[in-house]
Amino acid sequence: MPLYLNEDQQMLRDAAREFVGEQMPVAHMRALRDTNDTTGFSRDHWKQFAEMGFTGILIGEDHGGLGLGHVEAGVVLEEIGRNLAPSPFLSTAVAAVAALKGTGAAERWFPGIVSGDTVAALAIDESAKHRASVALKAERSGNGFKLTGAKQFVTHGHVADLLIVAARTSGSANDTDGVTLFAVPKDAAKLTATPERLADANLAARIEFDGVEVDADAVIGEVDAGRSPLDRLLRAGRTGASAELLGVGGGAMDMTVDYLKQRKQFGVPIGSFQALQHRAAHLYAEMEVARAAVLKAQQLLDAGDPKADAAVSVAKAMTGMATTLAVQEGVQMHGGIGMTDEYDIGFYMKRARVLAELFGDANFHADALATAAGY
Amino acid sequence: MTEDTFRTETRAWLEANCPPEMREPVRTDADVCWGGRDQSKLTQPQKDWMNRMGERGWTVPDWPKEYGGGGLNPAETKTLREEMARIRARNPLNSFGISMLGPALLKYGTEEQKKDHLPKIARGEIRWCQGYSEPNAGSDLASLATSAEDKGDHFLVNGQKVWTSYADYADWIFCLVRTDKTNKHNGISFVLFDMATPGVSTKPILLISGYSPFCETFFDDVKVPKENLVGTLNKGWDVAKYLLGHEREMISGMGLGGGSKNPLIEGALATIGVDHDGKLADPLLRAQIAQFEVRSKAFAAMSERFIDELKAGKAHPADPSMMKYYGTELNKSRHELMMAAGGSDALEWDSDRSDGGAAPRAWLRTKANSIEGGTSEVQLNIVAKRILELPGA
Repeated sequence: MPLYLNEDQQMLRDAAREFVGEQMPVAHMRALRDTNDTTGFSRDHWKQFAEMGFTGILIGEDHGGLGLGHVEAGVVLEEIGRNLAPSPFLSTAVAAVAALKGTGAAERWFPGIVSGDTVAALAIDESAKHRASVALKAERSGNGFKLTGAKQFVTHGHVADLLIVAARTSGSANDTDGVTLFAVPKDAAKLTATPERLADANLAARIEFDGVEVDADAVIGEVDAGRSPLDRLLRAGRTGASAELLGVGGGAMDMTVDYLKQRKQFGVPIGSFQALQHRAAHLYAEMEVARAAVLKAQQLLDAGDPKADAAVSVAKAMTGMATTLAVQEGVQMHGGIGMTDEYDIGFYMKRARVLAELFGDANFHADALATAAGY
Repeated sequence: MTEDTFRTETRAWLEANCPPEMREPVRTDADVCWGGRDQSKLTQPQKDWMNRMGERGWTVPDWPKEYGGGGLNPAETKTLREEMARIRARNPLNSFGISMLGPALLKYGTEEQKKDHLPKIARGEIRWCQGYSEPNAGSDLASLATSAEDKGDHFLVNGQKVWTSYADYADWIFCLVRTDKTNKHNGISFVLFDMATPGVSTKPILLISGYSPFCETFFDDVKVPKENLVGTLNKGWDVAKYLLGHEREMISGMGLGGGSKNPLIEGALATIGVDHDGKLADPLLRAQIAQFEVRSKAFAAMSERFIDELKAGKAHPADPSMMKYYGTELNKSRHELMMAAGGSDALEWDSDRSDGGAAPRAWLRTKANSIEGGTSEVQLNIVAKRILELPGA
């Protein structure tokens, strides 16, 4: 498969670019922030995503979805990233769907996701840094399980209809086995979600599980064998976050290059200065290399290739580094105006920082690659 | 022929014809086969491998058969390369004729020039060098001064070139000369001539690596027949640019490393060892290597994408500049890390154990990567102007 978008994918990109660019430009995110919106995204837009088929992009046609792959999901995510559009697309339509796919739980949750009625959130992280360990306990209780522990950095966690929760059913926190993945409905008792606004103005919840009772059918896949759906979730989430980072970095770079062409100092456009030209050209190279890494990961993931795991880590680490450079150069090259709240470039810096942290930062993934390569 | 049949037959032929000595990794410069008129320094297995591949046109598998190529389509070429990689076959022939002149002749050469030169390149009979840079025309290549005066049936060439790789071993040179002093870019012509022509002399330049792949080359009243002009008179800059694109692609490939074993990682594990968690016992070097590997693997994807886009006619003409810049900077950091991983072993200069100081000499050699073929700064200028369309200073 050639490493560029085919015609269908380009058409999808054009549609996503038009819709997200018109309906959810950066001004949309700014308005949600300025009105102190407590949902974190627009449900109307989520419904429109459903009408366009985006919510079911990774869901098979037998379940009413589009039956497309990670390349296509990434095309939508890149536009979301470019416009800093707040949306539950990554957590719901990409990561949660990947976890549920092929399990008994799919029948229950896919219709709501396809119709745009269901929003899913991912309760995976237990500390300030993403780790593979899972400590939150799930003990057998009656016909089901009782969940005790806490999760954090759960985007949309306070409004989600469905929480995907990684829990420990045997062994200890760092064991690979003994993890079970649960689909927890939002009305579960003894569950407290406290939303906190993050630096990028999005809301993420800290969630307390104080003996939350769920039925046995809340288990995604098999008890003690949750690592498999969890890995599917993480692969999809990481690849998706990489695509969104690509959009954030690309958006920041485009804004910056435009600014270099327009802003005059000493009577000439500042983009005519070689010092800035070289930095912009270097940034372009980093972003293009990152773009190739993301598409490679998406294609390998769609092909079910065993090399996908390494490619996903490369993509997440590379986009983390390249987009960080893009937003830093963006603010610097904009000069003083880049520091103002009124101008959008600062929003790109904040969003990049959040996405870089999501599902493991560049160091986490470089370390994973090193470990897998045996050093 | 179906894909499967072609693969089966290719595999069988390679198994039967690639000498076992040619399936060992390249360790020193002597292991690289360049062909040429003087083949006295080549080993018998090198000659066998080059000749057998050359006869089939498989040194240049995708060139047309009529010019000594293999006439293979892109899928077959890819299969051949995969099958060669499978048995770890060495490149049968290294050649500036293949990587640079050949593509330019295929595009700009006359029928006679193609018929005359391309088959000899394919079979490794003639070794070429490149006469581009001059002492006062480095990054500003178009300011070159070597003159070619029109003398009716021939040009009279006078001047000096520098950084002519392996000019002291080359049989022929492809050379940029000034045919019009009043026009900088549109006064340059692209000519070919035999290095044995009276008036041509070369002098090696000793480098910091202790090696001397480059030469100064002098032309003193060298007679070059008119039919050796490639393309249009005074329009040699177009040929040069086309050819430089190929050179940049070739050099950018350096960032990729090669093979399934990673010499950087293997080397670091061998010298430094692992801690009780099985991790490299120098955590900072481990982190640096890991971050380098991220970029290296991402760049491998970029190279794959570039080739795919090139085949589909989607590549931006200035993309090779971006690739050249990124690939050569990566290659320099790879060798910097290899020196750090090798410790004092990597400092030995002449010993047998160090293959004659292969590591430090290779490390020093890479420092030229971001200078030759257009400096990194020149590549960034090209990206800034042609891709980002930033205004001229």
